[in-house]
Amino acid sequence: MINVTIDNKAIQVPEGTTILKAARMAGIEIPTLCYFELDGMKFENKPGGCRVCMVEVTKDFNGKPRRNLAPACATDCVEGMEVLTASPRALNARKTVLELILSDHPNDCLQCEKSGDCELQALAAKMGIREIPFKGEQSHYEKDTTLSVYRDMDKCVYCRRCETMCSKFQSVGALSGVNRGFPSVVAPAFEQKLGDSSCVNCGQCVQVCPVGALTLVDNINDVRKALADPTKKVVVQTAPAVRVALGEEFGMEPGTIVTGKMAAALRRLGFDYVFDTDWSADLTIMEEGTELLGRVKKLLAGDKDVKMPMFTSCCPAWVTFYEKNFPDLLGHPSTAKSPQGMFGAVTKNYFAPKIGVKREDVVCVSIMPCLAKKSECARPELGNGTDQDVNFSLTTRELAHMLKQSNIDLNSMPEEDFDSPLGQSTGAAVIFGATGGVMEAALRTAYEVHTGKTLPKIDFEECRGIFGESIREATVDFAGLPVKIAICYGLSNARKLMEEVREGNPNGYHFIEVMACPGGCIGGAGQPYHHGKSDIIKRRMDAIYREDAGKPIRKSHENPDIIAIYKEYYGEPCGHLSHEQLHTHYFDKSDKVEITK
Amino acid sequence: MVVMDETSCMPAIAKFYLEFTCEESCGKCSPCRIGNKRLCELLEKITNGNGTMDDLNALRNLAAVIKDSALCGLGQTSPNPVLSTLDNFWDEYVEHVVDKKCRAGVCKKLMQYVIDPEKCIGCGKCAKNCPAETISRTDYTAPGHKLASMVIEQSKCVKCGACYQNCKFGAISIK
Repeated sequence: MINVTIDNKAIQVPEGTTILKAARMAGIEIPTLCYFELDGMKFENKPGGCRVCMVEVTKDFNGKPRRNLAPACATDCVEGMEVLTASPRALNARKTVLELILSDHPNDCLQCEKSGDCELQALAAKMGIREIPFKGEQSHYEKDTTLSVYRDMDKCVYCRRCETMCSKFQSVGALSGVNRGFPSVVAPAFEQKLGDSSCVNCGQCVQVCPVGALTLVDNINDVRKALADPTKKVVVQTAPAVRVALGEEFGMEPGTIVTGKMAAALRRLGFDYVFDTDWSADLTIMEEGTELLGRVKKLLAGDKDVKMPMFTSCCPAWVTFYEKNFPDLLGHPSTAKSPQGMFGAVTKNYFAPKIGVKREDVVCVSIMPCLAKKSECARPELGNGTDQDVNFSLTTRELAHMLKQSNIDLNSMPEEDFDSPLGQSTGAAVIFGATGGVMEAALRTAYEVHTGKTLPKIDFEECRGIFGESIREATVDFAGLPVKIAICYGLSNARKLMEEVREGNPNGYHFIEVMACPGGCIGGAGQPYHHGKSDIIKRRMDAIYREDAGKPIRKSHENPDIIAIYKEYYGEPCGHLSHEQLHTHYFDKSDKVEITK
Repeated sequence: MVVMDETSCMPAIAKFYLEFTCEESCGKCSPCRIGNKRLCELLEKITNGNGTMDDLNALRNLAAVIKDSALCGLGQTSPNPVLSTLDNFWDEYVEHVVDKKCRAGVCKKLMQYVIDPEKCIGCGKCAKNCPAETISRTDYTAPGHKLASMVIEQSKCVKCGACYQNCKFGAISIK
């Protein structure tokens, strides 16, 4: 431990602590802009570039004042150090630097998607910026969009959080700093469009962007049009992670479960059928679990061609990632569609005829915590050529926005249930929203189906958690058959696992779950902004497991509506009809990433 | 140390150095990336004769902040030419801003070529060499001269200095 004095407050901190963190320990919050950390989740962006957190070191390692100011985020404390975080000199520099950043910013807050959530706006308010003394040239770049992410780099403050997220955490490498000096900006290499790059549309760049440079593609108006059309029946499905985060947008504590209120609010918005993606998550488990058992059986029978390990395929960013980076391993991921995709297929093929409406007249809307889902629902194979199975995908933030526009306050909504028949779900489906959840849900079903026995303990604690090891491993005993599993979030970890598989799967994994976003879908790019507070993601996760524990049925294969649809329509899991409708195939998209190779 | 004489304009010298550091800036930190650009733009404004005393204060503050907060050696030293010229040649900056004059005759927008009608013998060589055809003959003939003197129309003058170089009688001066 070393002794430091910050704003005349003496404290002891471990060696290697930065001034920023030491100040936090002393209860002093130094403003930052480029610095971004997801505490405990192995994500830190510390370029020391914005120079907003400058502090005055009045006594340095040599006993003398430091010549210039120090960036608090990137300067380690030394024994005896004395720091002033708000001296006139530090404040003046902080304010001037902020004025400089604002002088190269459009300052169109009234029209900006990020207004209210913008960290630059909050900083300007905190520092009391009333005018920008510097007038001069402003940066202008071409606007760019994919189906998920909208880029307006005129607003970029060059904090490079997106670059760290994209290149280090996700190992996608679509975004990096280009040019030098004043024209510096974060962009795909060689002036590529983001859609032509190695981007997988995970949208985490949007989640970490402090300003409105990277935002989501807004589909609210598309949905409003469908809702206003009397010839259309509009069906909505909501993903598991949405119900534990939507409340935050209405002032509720992170981790508040709003399932019933959300169902009521969606009805008030005018959706004809309010269904649940959790229902199709149960269906996913039936298909994916059966597929896993099928592969394991083949493996045990000595089949050398069976693709092991099997990967989950619920996360669309992950799907695009392996299509672009591992075209030689396309046989490994489960062919089961994602719960969103399955729900769309069931809605258009089973539910539309059931209510006597043509599939074109049913509009399927999904509420997702995800930006990649917007791209997923536009994949040509997830439709019949003229009509997509899922027509529009909205994020949690868009739903909150839409509710506010429609004067619907979630707080005052009653608790209502989802509609039948695509609304009832089990605890196994709820936990899809957190990392390890798909694995746990699959194990619950696969164990019982394989062994024919009831699970002695339903909670697979080894699958849970957002902190700790990057790649979690466990061996589950299936009545004498050891099933080796691995779970990770963050595509850089997935890359490591894929490379292992390429080398012959030395660890002998059978089943691997991958989610692109920090903590799984609860940390998705479409969720309310967490601004780096990993505690918020943790509380969402706790809520997910609370919801699971409170469910009367907690295993997918026991869902009566799932049992019924197999009896009535699909026959059996991985049968002919389900292969046609509930499974998909993958494509080699590696030509998109040649530049980054 | 750089040695210069009275033909060097201090704000223009500072701008010259700043243009170099703007080119060399990597762009990583905002004081250097945006700050040096703004310093350069302020100096441009001053050397164009559009500066105000507020700009001089902004210049000094900004230069001090960049020196204090930039990430690397390039950024931390880039405002030195500005700070050094402000400290040692403050009156030259004030002249640019208040009197709209560049005593070194470097800032083209702040200078005028003027023909002294008493010295001009009316040979017309200046008018022949003027690329912008701004020089014409007046009605005034100075005592002792045979031809009427010449005059420059300031609004059209491009400040190329051709007349100044070609006058053999020292009738043209820079003001």
